[in-house]
Amino acid sequence: MLILHCPYCGIDAEETELAAGGEAHLKRATVGDSDAAFEEYLFMRENKKGVHLERWRHAYGCGKWFLAARDTATLEVYGTYPAQTQEPPQEVKDAIRAKHPGWAWKENA
Amino acid sequence: MTNTRDSVPMKRYSVFAVAREGLRYHTGWGRAWRSPAPKKKYDVIIVGAGGHGLATAYYLGKNYGITNVAIIEKGWLGGGNTGRNTTIIRSNYLQDPSAAIYDKALSLYESLSQDLNYNIMFSPRGLIMLAQTHHEVRGYLRTVRANELQGVATKWINAEQVKELCPIINIDGPRYPVMGGLYQERGGTARHDAVAWGYARACSDMGMDIIQKCEVTDVRRENGKVVGVSTTKGDIDCDKLGMVVAGHTSVLAEKAGFRLPIESVALQALVSEPIKPCMDVVVMANTVHGYLSQSDKGEMVIGGGTDSFNNYTQRGSFHHAEETVRALVETFPMISRLKMLRQWGGIVDMTGDRSPIISKTPVDGIFVNCGWGTGGFKAIPGSGWAMAELMAKGHSPLAEEFDMYRFREGKFIDESVAAGVAH
Amino acid sequence: MSTRLSTGGRLINRNKPVEFQFNGKRLKGYEGDTLASALFANDQMMVGRSFKYHRPRGVVASGAEEPNALMNLNSGGRFEPNQRATTQEVYDGLTSTSQNHWPSLEFDIGAINQLFARWLPAGFYYKMFIHPRAFWKHVYEPFIRQSAGLGQVPKEQDADVYEHFYFFCDVMVVGGGVAGLTAAMEAAKSGKKVLVVEQTAAWGGRAVVDGGLIDGESTEAWINQTLAKLADMPNVTLRDRTMASGVYDHGYVLAYERLTDHLADKSGARHRLWRIRAGQIVTATGAIERPLSFAGNDIPGVLLAAAVRDYVVNWGVSVGDRTVVVTNNDDAYRTALALKKAGLSVPAIVDAREGGAGAIGAEAEAAGIRVLKGKGIAKVKGGKRVTGVAICSQAGEGAVLEEIACECVAMSGGWSPVVHLWSHCGGKLVWDDAKVMFRPDVDKGPTGADGKPFVIAAGSANGYLGMAEGLADAAAAGRAAAGVKGEGAPSATDAAEKAVAPVWLMPQGAGPKKRMKAWLDYQNDVKVSDVMLAAQEGYESVEHTKRYTTLGMATDQGKLSNINGLAILSKSLDAPIPAVGTTTFRPPYTPISMGSIGGSARGDLFQPLRRTPMHDWHDGNGVDWEPVGHWRRGYAFVRNGEKVHDAVNREILNVRENVGLLDASTLGKIIVKGPDAGKFLDMLYTNMMSTLPIGKCRYGLMCNENGFLSDDGVVVRLNEDTWLCHTTTGGADRIHGWMEDWLQCEWWDWKVYTANITEQLAQVAVAGPKARKLLESFGGDMDLSKEAFPFMEWREGKLGEFDARIYRISFSGELSYEVAVPASQGAAFWNALLEKGQEFGVMPYGTEAMHIMRAEKGFIMIGDETDGTIIPQDLNLQWALSKKKEDYLGKRAQERSHMADPKRWKLVGVETVDGSVIPDGSHAPAPGTNANGQRNTQGRITSTYYSPTLKKGIAMALVANGPDRMGETIEFQDENGGLIKAKIVDPCFYDKDGEKQNV
Repeated sequence: MLILHCPYCGIDAEETELAAGGEAHLKRATVGDSDAAFEEYLFMRENKKGVHLERWRHAYGCGKWFLAARDTATLEVYGTYPAQTQEPPQEVKDAIRAKHPGWAWKENA
Repeated sequence: MTNTRDSVPMKRYSVFAVAREGLRYHTGWGRAWRSPAPKKKYDVIIVGAGGHGLATAYYLGKNYGITNVAIIEKGWLGGGNTGRNTTIIRSNYLQDPSAAIYDKALSLYESLSQDLNYNIMFSPRGLIMLAQTHHEVRGYLRTVRANELQGVATKWINAEQVKELCPIINIDGPRYPVMGGLYQERGGTARHDAVAWGYARACSDMGMDIIQKCEVTDVRRENGKVVGVSTTKGDIDCDKLGMVVAGHTSVLAEKAGFRLPIESVALQALVSEPIKPCMDVVVMANTVHGYLSQSDKGEMVIGGGTDSFNNYTQRGSFHHAEETVRALVETFPMISRLKMLRQWGGIVDMTGDRSPIISKTPVDGIFVNCGWGTGGFKAIPGSGWAMAELMAKGHSPLAEEFDMYRFREGKFIDESVAAGVAH
Repeated sequence: MSTRLSTGGRLINRNKPVEFQFNGKRLKGYEGDTLASALFANDQMMVGRSFKYHRPRGVVASGAEEPNALMNLNSGGRFEPNQRATTQEVYDGLTSTSQNHWPSLEFDIGAINQLFARWLPAGFYYKMFIHPRAFWKHVYEPFIRQSAGLGQVPKEQDADVYEHFYFFCDVMVVGGGVAGLTAAMEAAKSGKKVLVVEQTAAWGGRAVVDGGLIDGESTEAWINQTLAKLADMPNVTLRDRTMASGVYDHGYVLAYERLTDHLADKSGARHRLWRIRAGQIVTATGAIERPLSFAGNDIPGVLLAAAVRDYVVNWGVSVGDRTVVVTNNDDAYRTALALKKAGLSVPAIVDAREGGAGAIGAEAEAAGIRVLKGKGIAKVKGGKRVTGVAICSQAGEGAVLEEIACECVAMSGGWSPVVHLWSHCGGKLVWDDAKVMFRPDVDKGPTGADGKPFVIAAGSANGYLGMAEGLADAAAAGRAAAGVKGEGAPSATDAAEKAVAPVWLMPQGAGPKKRMKAWLDYQNDVKVSDVMLAAQEGYESVEHTKRYTTLGMATDQGKLSNINGLAILSKSLDAPIPAVGTTTFRPPYTPISMGSIGGSARGDLFQPLRRTPMHDWHDGNGVDWEPVGHWRRGYAFVRNGEKVHDAVNREILNVRENVGLLDASTLGKIIVKGPDAGKFLDMLYTNMMSTLPIGKCRYGLMCNENGFLSDDGVVVRLNEDTWLCHTTTGGADRIHGWMEDWLQCEWWDWKVYTANITEQLAQVAVAGPKARKLLESFGGDMDLSKEAFPFMEWREGKLGEFDARIYRISFSGELSYEVAVPASQGAAFWNALLEKGQEFGVMPYGTEAMHIMRAEKGFIMIGDETDGTIIPQDLNLQWALSKKKEDYLGKRAQERSHMADPKRWKLVGVETVDGSVIPDGSHAPAPGTNANGQRNTQGRITSTYYSPTLKKGIAMALVANGPDRMGETIEFQDENGGLIKAKIVDPCFYDKDGEKQNV
């Protein structure tokens, strides 16, 4: 039963108020992109045992999508941040690297 | 702990052997499987000594004579999802590739106790998938007709027939009355641990090495081909490598340098305290996301849904258990007076179409078997059979459609189309 | 004989006798008795039978850890199996029966299994019943299953109700013993919000029974004062009869409060499930005593030593006149002294330690108790009750030194901290060699969302069994939980004790015969010999052993047996205990009712029900409901004497001939507005929406990124920057969420707003040749004529007194208007339509009539023609795929090889040669079989109905090369395993040129 902080309405939301939306910072591939690139976008997933950047919607709250950096092995949450970004904010990266020195996430961090 | 490489032939199990041993306080039983130190090299290494991995090894030996095999396990054999599931076995799948492999599995299950000389307690008590909306009725009718052409015997039964097979059900629920069901008489359950143990014993008996408490730390490759693995018990070489590590496939694939269309999530299950027998059939209710059967010990075994976020903790969120229990109380009112004894979670890997992957990989010599989602146990013998064929011959009709590259082509094997059916 | 003593019993009220029943016998007890203590008071030593061998079973413990005394309670709608007699309080009228025997507890046929016990070791069934195969299915397995289970099956609907309760606190303290109260007080002093729960009805835990002084007062006085102080603090909540059942991630705790289980009056909620978010959790859950493993340790009358003194001190009952105490530690001496004090006889304390006990040993000897050091029990004598023990040297193999007559054996194998809650979320344990226990590894507690530990174990739950050390630890835990500094703790003194000795088998050299009689798990009949056999056979992992022998899988989940079992395993494997490890602790701590998990959401409250404004009218007018998501829609409106399908046919013919009304309010309605709304909709829909003129409607398709059809509906251009998107009933919330997903996460710089207004409007489809006449009869300011209001346009204005927006669209193929009015006017509008429509022969129609009429027209239905794997091209909807757009969701996916494969099945109409209806889901077989021996197929039915309009069966199907095979006859499956001939035709069966809808 996770609790995630909604960066929009500022409350700590119960998992039952939230809808999970899978891996964050996917780059949409579309017409003109290769089959491989399209497969990458739709199906290939980091699925890390460890830090995971992911999407959540405060579905039974403010309705906003936000992003979270969460550890899939310990369920620690390093931070949440608005969805309108290509990469986690510096403080979230710092929080992650404090526990996981050298951490990296594709081209986003 | 002992590290024996004794070659004493395994004692056959039978009522007579038990009778004989009873007279001498069972001192004569040998090990069910040996616990050897790894050799320098094997023809084939299977990573993962769960049901699927052990079955793969078993059929490599039995069907293809490949017995220079090691099965490497990070923890203890059968300790992953093989030992955590709700033990349901059925093959009433809609899509041809699914029906083929699951029905192969069911057929093998039917004689597996004799085949392995280990009673896996397969119990073909019958299985009903309830239809509680018009949409589900149409979906299951579609499945029944598809099964007919696939050679899988299933039938549609009406609400009264459901009640007759399962008297504790309330078919007149106020919200989702039971409109009938898809019935597979050959479906049922088996003792999940025994499946792993039976295969392990048979593999060991063929001379294969089951190496427990041995974690793979690296997958060694040369020129795009696998040459072996590094483990916590040293480097071990091989010609071929099978990855059969449900839940943790992405982690292992990363060590081999490729990624998979997979996400790992937690699946919930729970059992009640044991009561006297009251349910002689397995019931799945997909509208309300729950399934129910009674174990040979008398516990009501309840399976629920998965969390929707990536998770490796083998714990799930309570609210899924809650939703499942609530829904089942509506359909099986007597459950309300029982008590929940234990709840647990397993980590399952989910693919883009919720169907498994049995496939070659970008690395020559590495094969992967994963993505069984919530439905792996029932597939174990068929999955092992197909994976062994693929590894031995490079091609398997049963596995063909489960290729990992199907997602690139958009060639889905989607079982949810009939009626949102969970595995 | 067990009996009630004339004095003592701090928890019972001797002025309040109660009468209850056990196995039909009327027995007496007192208020405050547990069922177990009351049964002892009535000399009911045997209370059940074990699972496998049906051995006689007596009460062995005094609390939640009890594995034996499980009862069927009460009857009818309040029947409950497997209730622990040790935690069930008695009340007037309680009825109970013992379990797992036939025909009676005293004489049980199943007990014959005991005679074959040597042939029924751990895992025997894996080795037997293998041949012949048919025998397993028809003989062995049915027999095994009939022997399964413990309690009886509840037969009736639950007569009780349950509730959930949400609670938030800074500190939750689990356990109301002296450690818990100390921790609570320290935390509460900081002003933080504190919740304290105690699973029993009595606060104070073991301390009162064990005696001693706290802050110079008797433990009982100190507990009462501390409780009173806590109760006075506004930031503290205290709850008894409330068990914390599980700790879940991020500090979520479930607690199970039993409200009426102890009362004759069952009104109100029976159980309340607390759903708690706690900042920090202090687990002051105490410790559980371990049995000792000696031959016959399962005979009724052999109890845990602390339980024996609980029964004397708390409830004033003695298990027997003569009790032999057998122990490996000092604590059990307290039992001997308590019994002595109560005037009972203790013939001997059998201490396995050569050196005997510390100070308390001398005390016992001073009290005249004979202490046998370095000795053990060779064997307990008796069958259905203890008659005596044979003494041996612990060091030897069990040669009998003497025999001592007794009725009770009080055993203590040391104490195990209750670490369940600590462990549920991943807290680690360490093996403490000196204390012979697993205790929490305080540096490796479970961590929460912030990565920091959120559980603190305290007192004996943290391995501090002495009073003084336990209180000090608890006080520190309370402060740590509240995040405050400080020091000090209630004062107490711990007498010097001799260390507990690791005694896992008694005598240590016991041979196979004794090991087969030394029980580890009483309920499941797992013995020392079984665990040794498992190890011998290679089931070396503790999880293997557990599963092979069923050790710890009983309803106590190994509370008594796990540590003893894994110690035997470690010995058998020659591996240290920590290397063997423990099995995983899973919630709940003790079982909780399924009813409490469901809570109040049952029956009508099971799920929220969404109602259209016309719902009540439907309900009162013969509706046959169909669940669609959380809505219910009318499948048909059945009139007197009609079958449902007669009603459907009548409704269709009436729409075709007169006029019908469909409550379409459940259709999703989403407003999309803003400067970039048109651009956005062009991405969302496969067809072009930005060019839709104001005042017009357009049918649109939506695909997901996989290219598969996900929803459809009519899109309406309301003004320059505003569109209204209709979705399917089930799609409204999903599609709205989908829109927001793209707007917030991908195209966040696009200026678009969305609003789901589904419930703001009531919507009625008025369909049929007389639809226009009916609406015109309302009057108003809109011209509804063909010329002024053409097909696929919309108008807004007054329809009589109603504020209406009318869309001229048709899903039935008839002249049709969909009229939306504010939801508040919906019911009145519906009634007005019925009233004014009387002269035009109006009738409501349901979803099935709608489905059939659209099939007659060849219109697709999301969910019938589509199933999540269908692309628009499959349904010949290429006309709706804009060629002008560079991109739309799903476009790239549809370019993939499998999607573009010309062999994909395509939509056609199908009609049987004989006019009959093809069964739902039928497939069309093709010649030959595939590589897996399955029959090839060339198509399948997606929709099939009897058309009352055409008076024959009609169907839609996906068929290989279908559109190129018009007129060809192929075969589909019939109901009975045969085939049925059908012709491939155009999917539009009715009014192909649309003359009816364009009038």
